[in-house]
Amino acid sequence: MADYMLMKGNEAIAEAAIRCGCDGYFGYPITPQSEILETLALRKPWEETGMVVLQAESEIASINMVYAGAGCGKKVMTSSSSPGISLKQEGITYIAGAELPCLIVNVVRGGPGLGTIQPAQSDYFQAVKGGGHGDYRLIVLAPASVQEMYDFVDLGFELAFKYRNPAMILSDGVIGQMMEKVKVGEYKKRLTDQEIVERYGSWATTGKTPNRQRNIITSLDLDANRQEQFNLKLQRKYREIEENETRFELINCDDADYILVAYGSSSRICQKAVDLCREKGIKVGLLRPITLFPFPTKAIQSFVGKVKGFLTVEMSAGQMVEDVRLAVNGQCRVEHFGHMGGVIPSPNEVVKALEDNFIKG
Amino acid sequence: MDVKDIIKKENFVYGKSKVLTDNPMHYCPGCTHGVVHKVLAEVIEELDIQDKTIGVSPVGCAVLAYNYLDIDWHEAAHGRAPALASAINRLYPDKFVFTYQGDGDLASIGAAEIMHACNRGEKQLTIFINNAIYGMTGGQMAPTTLEGMKTATSPYGRNVALHGYPLQITELIAQLPGTCYVTRQSAHTPGAVRKLKQAMLKAVKNTLERKGTSFIEVVATCNSGWKQSPVDSNKWMVENMFPKYPLGDMKDI
Repeated sequence: MADYMLMKGNEAIAEAAIRCGCDGYFGYPITPQSEILETLALRKPWEETGMVVLQAESEIASINMVYAGAGCGKKVMTSSSSPGISLKQEGITYIAGAELPCLIVNVVRGGPGLGTIQPAQSDYFQAVKGGGHGDYRLIVLAPASVQEMYDFVDLGFELAFKYRNPAMILSDGVIGQMMEKVKVGEYKKRLTDQEIVERYGSWATTGKTPNRQRNIITSLDLDANRQEQFNLKLQRKYREIEENETRFELINCDDADYILVAYGSSSRICQKAVDLCREKGIKVGLLRPITLFPFPTKAIQSFVGKVKGFLTVEMSAGQMVEDVRLAVNGQCRVEHFGHMGGVIPSPNEVVKALEDNFIKG
Repeated sequence: MDVKDIIKKENFVYGKSKVLTDNPMHYCPGCTHGVVHKVLAEVIEELDIQDKTIGVSPVGCAVLAYNYLDIDWHEAAHGRAPALASAINRLYPDKFVFTYQGDGDLASIGAAEIMHACNRGEKQLTIFINNAIYGMTGGQMAPTTLEGMKTATSPYGRNVALHGYPLQITELIAQLPGTCYVTRQSAHTPGAVRKLKQAMLKAVKNTLERKGTSFIEVVATCNSGWKQSPVDSNKWMVENMFPKYPLGDMKDI
């Protein structure tokens, strides 16, 4: 029989980490995601599963702990919110450059700078275009419910290890703080050190035994030609991820004249907006990207010629809207509606924005 | 007796450690790094812990240390090596983890990471090479640069009113309850190298016994950065560095 729990999105991340066999969490307090570290501290998984939990001295230290844990083949993660994620970019680009698997959770708050502690989606560019220096991508998952906060921990780790690439859960203060019913999974056993040697011994720093060369975790190569070849290899990996891992959800899109494109908490608001539009007789659908990288470009393209326009709804000045415009390449109208700085759009505002942009005048 | 009869393995009194690779070192002639690498390699071999040793290299001249010791390595971001080692020693409590860092890496950009790792009493060893200068980037002022010392970014000499004071970070680290062994050594004479090796043996054993954080500062030369010959550099170090950075144990629990 399945177990159900009522919990916050942040608590779901912690619970999922323990149950999916995570080896280590390294974090630093910041609103609105501190419940992740707090829940882990309260749950004491080091007694239950042997999972390491450590409050680091800074976001920078915590991501570098993740870099090391990932390098020795362990299933490790961190979490933070926007200003803290900016600090983590140093470690994230090293992890991407060293091709290591790990999970990073960003419970986004409004910016720029210290901004606000209220929810926002203004870290989209940072998450999907790289974030730190150099040509790299993260696998970015966008949960729209507490259940998905829970489920995407396991999925994020699975994808991270499949491609040896850092994965990010791009959430926001709404999903992190709201409480919903969650179906929790069975406990997965953590890998033993011997199993890690067997699975990842070709690259992980588990101690150099006489039967193999030493393993070196680094992103450094001073030879320009080799560094370019490595970059080309990364790009091939990102194309493969785009080919295999794009995930999205379509709601009421079959007969739609207009499509809302929204992820995370904005998509929840848009679900209500779709219903309100349908009551008014406006045929509106919702395309919800679940992976933001890879982005559902082909799915959006498939509606060109069938719909009269796309409206993206984001809690930002309009970031994802650029990827929707790239997808349709000028062949369809794409407009943006959003709020910034921690203000959450209402379903009625979304309906009005759709009418103002596409129907009136 | 022919010379060939004498050159036999059983007659050797010295040999290169098996833990050292055959890669030619990129360090400048006269640099201290090679000697410290050798001492560390010998200790790893003598304690037979090559298969459980994980090194964390810094950003700085020793960034390529992973080319010279035949062990598993992580190359850290600038200053972050103690954070990496903290995660490794917690995820693999039965391994031996060390960081190898220069003065810019440890005492400047990584000051927070080293202080907090030592304060948590992380079961790891830090080898801190203090030559009072940024070597890799071409001889700029370091936190440990002496007062009046000329570097590429203090061309008129370190002015404490302008640049602050030389940082005796090892003295600060010795105050932290998480550390079990804090010592300052050098490697400029055969005697000093032997003392360094004894300190290294003690520090590695401490770490294997999970007694706390061990910390070895090695006061070192950078003859290229100091613009002196190796011999003059050693002399200058004894006369100028040792008064500010006196050798000896600061803590041994």
